Amino acid sequence: MGIEGVGARVARKEDKRFITGGGRYVDDMVVPGMKHAVFVRSPHAHAQIKKIDVKKAQAMPGVVGVLTGKELKADGIGNLICGWMIHSKDGTPMKMGAWSPLAVDKVRYVGDAVVIVVADTKGQARDAAEAVEITYKELKAVVDATKAIQPGAPQIHAEAENNLIFDWELGDAKATDAAIKSAAHVTRMKIVNNRLVPNAMEPRAALGHYDKAEDHYTCWTTSQNPHVARLVMSAFYNVAPENKLRVIAPDVGGGFGSKIYIYPEEIVCLWASKKIGVPVKWVADRTESFLSDAHGRDHVSTVEMAFDKDNRITGLKVDTIANLGAYMSLFSSCVPTYLYATLLSGQYDIPAIHANVRAVYTNTAPVDAYRGAGRPEATYVLERMMETAARELGVSPAELRRRNFITSFPHQTPVIMTYDAGDYNASLDAAMKAADYAGFARRKAEAAKQGKLRGIGMSCYIEACGLAPSSAVGSLGAGVGLWESAEVRVNAVGTIEVLTGSHSHGQGHETTFAQLVTQRFGVPIDSVSIVHGDTDKVQMGMGTYGSRSGAVGMSAIVKALDKVEAKAKKIAAHLLEADEGDIVIENGEVKVAGTDKSLPWFQVALASYTAHNLPAGMEPGLKETAFYDPSNFTFPAGCYICEVEIDPETGLTEIIQFVAADDFGNIINPMIVEGQVHGGIAQGVGQALLEGAHYDRNGQLLTASYMDYTMPRAGDLPSFKVSTSNTPCPGNPLGVKGCGEAGAIGSPPAVINAITDALGVVDIPMPASPATVWAAIHANKH
Amino acid sequence: MSDVSFTVNGRRVSGSAEDRTLLVHFLREHLGLTGTHVGCDTSQCGACVVHVDGKAVKSCTMLAAQASGSTIVTIEGLADGAELHPVQASFKEHHGLQCGFCTPGMIMTATDMIARHPEGLDEAMVRAELEGNICRCTGYHNIVKAILAASETMAKGAKGKAKQAA
Repeated sequence: MGIEGVGARVARKEDKRFITGGGRYVDDMVVPGMKHAVFVRSPHAHAQIKKIDVKKAQAMPGVVGVLTGKELKADGIGNLICGWMIHSKDGTPMKMGAWSPLAVDKVRYVGDAVVIVVADTKGQARDAAEAVEITYKELKAVVDATKAIQPGAPQIHAEAENNLIFDWELGDAKATDAAIKSAAHVTRMKIVNNRLVPNAMEPRAALGHYDKAEDHYTCWTTSQNPHVARLVMSAFYNVAPENKLRVIAPDVGGGFGSKIYIYPEEIVCLWASKKIGVPVKWVADRTESFLSDAHGRDHVSTVEMAFDKDNRITGLKVDTIANLGAYMSLFSSCVPTYLYATLLSGQYDIPAIHANVRAVYTNTAPVDAYRGAGRPEATYVLERMMETAARELGVSPAELRRRNFITSFPHQTPVIMTYDAGDYNASLDAAMKAADYAGFARRKAEAAKQGKLRGIGMSCYIEACGLAPSSAVGSLGAGVGLWESAEVRVNAVGTIEVLTGSHSHGQGHETTFAQLVTQRFGVPIDSVSIVHGDTDKVQMGMGTYGSRSGAVGMSAIVKALDKVEAKAKKIAAHLLEADEGDIVIENGEVKVAGTDKSLPWFQVALASYTAHNLPAGMEPGLKETAFYDPSNFTFPAGCYICEVEIDPETGLTEIIQFVAADDFGNIINPMIVEGQVHGGIAQGVGQALLEGAHYDRNGQLLTASYMDYTMPRAGDLPSFKVSTSNTPCPGNPLGVKGCGEAGAIGSPPAVINAITDALGVVDIPMPASPATVWAAIHANKH
Repeated sequence: MSDVSFTVNGRRVSGSAEDRTLLVHFLREHLGLTGTHVGCDTSQCGACVVHVDGKAVKSCTMLAAQASGSTIVTIEGLADGAELHPVQASFKEHHGLQCGFCTPGMIMTATDMIARHPEGLDEAMVRAELEGNICRCTGYHNIVKAILAASETMAKGAKGKAKQAA
């Protein structure tokens, strides 16, 4: 692998700028003449807009423009869309209500954008925003999805009767019901997956700049997929044709899904820039982020799991209500459907599965993909069920899982997916060994002597990554293909630029992707640059989410490298008067195998550009493009074990150890992979112990700052014990599966299984805060 | 308007700003020192930590005018020319950063933490001391590792210097 090639722990190339203050995020961008925007947002969860008076605001110092939704509509700016069509089981299409970038007649959640105020300084814009007078007529609000579909609940969109967006199903209802009817044992639970706020540390931001002379727009934005942003803003929102719109996502400070979507603010900033004639920058406050970033999770499920007399699962029936918030965000519809129900087989051989999902409007922030997106919800359902079933059946949680593991591949589940490779016993064994599972009873007894409650819990997760085969997702309703692109440009002096449609917002692509090139041509990693995040530089690409940059993005690079290698070999064979099949490239040399004839890499590159002596008919240059469309999803899987100790006096849960044993397929940079797992676990532990978005019954967000929403801090977490035992993915050229979301998918059930084990209770809601745990202990006593 | 003048990263600067201007905004918008970040509105996240007269301070909790007369070091002024500060080097070596947004605040907090604990640090101390800095990417695992390693490196360096002086 060499010290910089595939498999090496190469320190990150991008770090230099981040550790010296040289990172360039959207808020760091300055354009001459730039003004600052503040959005006036709805203070009500549900209200009619009776009147908007901007006169006073317009007269405030420094104000250059105050614009409303009416003007936006008059200029033909379109409504926001959801890009994945789901059909209900009765065949009707999902009921999508209109989402105007600036609300016109009605507001539907606290934080809904109504007016944009643009001024010389942000302070002036903020002052003027307070002078905008909006008269509302308040309407009754509903925030709980289970209540929103009851008759008589407030109607949020005229298009969706009873707030029901779709009523969708997957799997075989008849076979599943039959399995439950004839079961030796049925485990039943109501399982709630709490609402979360993604909280990337960099707040969302947008800088729109309309160049009148060129009739051209530039948008700097905090995006995980700038090309998708350009496509959607052009094709659906009528901001500008694609050739007149450049979208740049520079350094982006974390995404976790929340920066996939195209939000109202970037559309409005671009439009306002033309309308007012100045570049317009908006940067979210943290509270604004809490209010208006797409939230995650928020499922309520009723689940039945059937077993035969040998403790084999014979059927799984899941009925889920998914809260999608006040509007359908860009990919919101696929999260509780194709990214959720398709994973309900988990690591287990289950002959019959049926899932019914109702997606519901409420007067809350829109809900969309958040790290894991549907797969954490599926894993939580399954792994909580397995734990409860093991207790009811009187077998160990590990034994029940082993009894039901899928052990031969490929494996077709009853819910679409075909698992290609895996070894679930291997990761379970590795995790149990690393956790000293056998020694737990002794540790528990020792803790009991100190008056502490110890518990241990495991979770065996699977996920589908490498999103995704375009024809497959197209047949399921996706409005886009999910291939990826790459261009490899070898410069005349032999240095190499890789232009990728993937986007790095913390994942370390500038290093990992460069390792592929170093491995291939033996050139120093410093001579390789990765270019991404700018639609004017990079060919169309689909961006980064769903742990796809490895399995799909890198596969595209490999395809382009194959083409470059083939051409370089042809040139070298011609120059060295050798057979093309005898040419090898290693350590920066292009050699004829078995001879001392060779050329330095740069000379082959130079020859391709001087073009003085190329094989007959060959075009000059050494630059190749590839588009890679995966043939299947990839299936990372693993086993997580959490051991907790609870102080019954305070209800405080301490994580004593957290073990992760993952199967990610082949690994390019283990250091970066471990970092991804650490971060994912922290988010999963955050969900289980600390985090929760809470609205009051009037739709006011009670957790809208770091004073109220508990982010995991260093003191809440232990150091993690992570390892991998890998089965290569047969579906892509590198054998990689993806590692970005696993930690957040696998960890919440492990934590809750440990806590319920410690307390001897069936269930405890997430987040299992000290108050919640204390109450559970207290309830147990009485 | 307030007149503001202080030393930033070894250079005397002065200017005037609206009275309500926070130090972090003065650094970012008036001086172009955009390495110091704003991640929240409530002084919780620590992305804006700088050193004011040798102490780690959240620059969103201080008005620019209050800092007048002080000596300030930001992330841009931490390295010794081309040579990284040991804490910066350690964050890189131990993969203590991912998206980089919290990183400047983390590094400024860490250098202050190490300076206040010449006796050395252990994991529990580092985790407790990081109370005021939020990271969403790393799960803190490698940040803790990086700070502990930097602390050791700097202690060795200090001993080496003491020996040389003797």
